[in-house]
Amino acid sequence: MSQTSGRREARLRAEIDDMPTIDANEYRGISRRAFLTGGVAAAAGALGFYGLQKRPEIDNIPDITRRFHQLNERVWSSTFREDHLAPTFSPSESSVLRVNGRIGIRSEIDLSAWSLEVQAPSGAVIGNHTLEDIARLPKHEMIIEHKCVEGWSQVTTWAGARFSDFQALYPEYASSAYVAMETPDGDYYVGNDRATMDHPQTLLVYEMVGAPLDQDHGAPLRLATPLKYGIKQLKRIGVIRFSDDPPEDYWAERGYDYYSAL
Amino acid sequence: MIGCVNVLPYGVSMTSVAEEQPPTAGADAIILKHRRGNRWMHWINFPLLGIMVWSGLRIYWANRAYSIGPVELFPEWFNEALGLERRLAKGMAFHFTFGWLFTINGIAYGIYLLRTGGWRTIVPDRHHFREAIAVVLRDLGVRRGSPVQGKYNAAQRVMYTAVILMGGLVVISGFAIYKPIQLSWLTALFGGYQGARLVHFLTTMGFVAFFVIHLIQVVRAGRSNLVSMLTGYERSGGRS
Repeated sequence: MSQTSGRREARLRAEIDDMPTIDANEYRGISRRAFLTGGVAAAAGALGFYGLQKRPEIDNIPDITRRFHQLNERVWSSTFREDHLAPTFSPSESSVLRVNGRIGIRSEIDLSAWSLEVQAPSGAVIGNHTLEDIARLPKHEMIIEHKCVEGWSQVTTWAGARFSDFQALYPEYASSAYVAMETPDGDYYVGNDRATMDHPQTLLVYEMVGAPLDQDHGAPLRLATPLKYGIKQLKRIGVIRFSDDPPEDYWAERGYDYYSAL
Repeated sequence: MIGCVNVLPYGVSMTSVAEEQPPTAGADAIILKHRRGNRWMHWINFPLLGIMVWSGLRIYWANRAYSIGPVELFPEWFNEALGLERRLAKGMAFHFTFGWLFTINGIAYGIYLLRTGGWRTIVPDRHHFREAIAVVLRDLGVRRGSPVQGKYNAAQRVMYTAVILMGGLVVISGFAIYKPIQLSWLTALFGGYQGARLVHFLTTMGFVAFFVIHLIQVVRAGRSNLVSMLTGYERSGGRS
C-alpha cells in the first residue's frame, strides 16, 4: 500500500523534475522572444478581428463570414441525403404554430380570388392553379418540429401536397437548381435549393393540425419543410418560379445564411 | 490552487541559478513547464471561446429562453450594459465562422495531448478526486497543507479535465443544434433539439464559471506563473 503510494508520489514529482531546465542566459533570450512573439500575435489577432468587422459586407454581414456560410453550405449539401427523413412526432405533441412575422401577409386577401402563378426561369407565366388543383394531388400529413432561426421550436401538423408531385406537372423544369417563391404582394420572397424541394417532407400545405390554414399561417397555400428554418418556408404563395440561379431571398439579403438548412 | 501552480514569488534571484544545474529541479531551476504547442493553443483558444460566447449571446437574445425561477437569464439591461447589439444574423455569421477555428484548435489540442503524453499530467487518477477537495479547502483557507502533486494539483487536474471534456460537449451539442435533421441521431442523444440547446447553454455557463475561477487563481498564483504560460519556463520547481 505505502509502496504504491510511494510510486505514485514519485511519478507525480517526476512530472516536473524530469522536465528540461535551462540557464538564466538562455532564459533571457527565450523570454524576450516569447514576449515579442506574443505581443505581435495578440496585436495581429486584435487587428484581424477589428478588420473582419470592417470588411465590406455582402448582404449585411462581413464578406468573409458570408463566404463561411457558403463554405458550410458546400459541406452540408454534399452530405445531404434525400432519403433521410426528419423525425416525426405523435399527434398529442402537436399544436397550432405560433404566429411569428407578417411580412408579405399584412393584409387579409380574398381567398376565392387567389390563384397560384407558375413561371419559367425567364419569368414567363407557364401555369396558373387554384387550390383545388393542389388538393387533387396526393395528400400527405406530417407531424414535425418546426424550428425558428430565433431558437424556438414547436411540434406541429402539416397537411398538403408534396412539392415533388407538383413539380411533376412541370417536368421540363424538374432539374432547375432552385425554386423561387413570392407572396402575392411581392414583399416576401425566398429561394430554396432543388434537393430540399424534392424531399418527400417538403409540402405545399393547406392544412395545419387538421384545420384549413388561416391567413396568419399562410392561407391558402404555404411551404412547409422540417429541413429549413421558418424563414425559408414562405406563407401565402403567390408565385412559384423555377430558376437556375439562386433567387432573391428576403432574409438572406438581411444577413442570414441563404442555405439555412437544418 | 485550482487555476494554476503555486510558485515562489517573482523576483527570485536569477544569479543564484547554479552553473552546473543538476537534472533534477532545484529550488532555483528555470524549468520548462508549458511546451510551445500547449501555450499557442491555450492563447488561441482564449479569444476564440470569447468570440463564440459573444456571438452566441447575440443568438440567445433573439429568444431569451432560460430563467432560474423568476430570474430571467441575461435580460435586456444586461445586453445594453455590455453595449451589445442584438443582431441575430451577425451572431450566427460569426458563430458559424469561428466555430470552425474553435473546433480545429480543440481537435489539434486533443491530438497534441495524446501525442506528447501531456494528458498524463492532466487526467486525474482515482485519488485525485478526493485530494481535489483538500486543495479547495486549502485555497479557501479552511485547512492547511495539501497532498503531493505533479505539474498540476488535484483540483486543477479535475477542473482542466472537465473543461476539456466540456469543449468536446459544447462542439457536439453545437452540431446537434446546427444540423438537427441531417444529424438527427446526434440531436436525439441530447433528448431532442431543445435538449441540445440547453446542454449547449449550460456548458457555456460552465466555461464562464471556469474562466472566472481560473482568472482568480492566476492572480493568486502570481506573475511568474502567468509568465510561464508565455515563455514556457518558470523559475522554480513550480510545485507547492
